[in-house]
Amino acid sequence: MSARRTGAAGLVVVAVGGAVGALLRLGVDTAAPDSLFPWPTLAINVVGAFVLGMLPALAVVRRSRTVALFVGPGVLGGFTTVSAWAGQVRRLADDGHAGLAGLCLLVTLAAGLTAAALGQHLARRAEPQ
Amino acid sequence: MTALLVALGAAVGAPLRYTIGRALDGRFPTGMLVVNALGSGLFGVFAALSLGDAGWALLGTGFCGAFTSFSTFAVQSVERPARTATAYVVATAVLSIGACAAGWSLVGVVG
Repeated sequence: MSARRTGAAGLVVVAVGGAVGALLRLGVDTAAPDSLFPWPTLAINVVGAFVLGMLPALAVVRRSRTVALFVGPGVLGGFTTVSAWAGQVRRLADDGHAGLAGLCLLVTLAAGLTAAALGQHLARRAEPQ
Repeated sequence: MTALLVALGAAVGAPLRYTIGRALDGRFPTGMLVVNALGSGLFGVFAALSLGDAGWALLGTGFCGAFTSFSTFAVQSVERPARTATAYVVATAVLSIGACAAGWSLVGVVG
C-alpha cells in the first residue's frame, strides 16, 4: 500500500491540471460546429480514455508522481466528463430523439472502453523489460 | 471571462474528485461511481436552473465537467475483472443519466 494521503501540493497539481483539461474541453466545444448529435463530447471522452490508458508508457509519467498527477487525474480527468455526456443523453431523450439518445449512450460506452483498453494494451507492449 | 470561470470551477472539481476517489475506490470503484452520479445530478439541476453564461461556465462546464471524469471511469473499467467491470459500467451509466434526469425534473417540480 502506498501512502493513502495526498499532500496539499498534490491536490494543487490536480487542480491546475483539471483547469487546463477543462479549458481544452471548452476549446473543443467552442471550435466544433453545432450539431444535434454531441460529437465533441464523444470525441473528448474517447481520446481522453485512450491517452489515460496508454499514459504508463511514457517514461516521464513513470518517473515523476507530480507529472502523473498533473496529466492523469488533472488534465485528462478535467478534459473528459461524465456529466456532459449524461446531460446530452437526457436532453436528446427529452427532446424526442430517443434513438439518438440511446446511440449516444451506447457509442460513448463502446468507443470509450475500447479506447481505454487499446491504450492500456499499447502501454503494456511499450514497457521496457 | 468564460474561460476564467471554467478554469476556476474545474480547479475545485478536479481535486475534490481525486480526494473522494482515493478515499472510497477499492476493488469496486465506489468513489468514482458516487462522483460521476453526483456530478451528473448537479449538472441536471444547474441545466434546469438556466444559470446564465457565467454561472453555467463556473458550475456546469467547469465544476461538474471536471468533477466527473470519463477517462478515469473507462480505465478503471478495463482494469477490473469482467463481472466487476460490467456492474461498474452499468451502474455508472444508469445512475449518472438517472441522476441527471432526476436533477433536471426536481427543479421543474420545485420551481
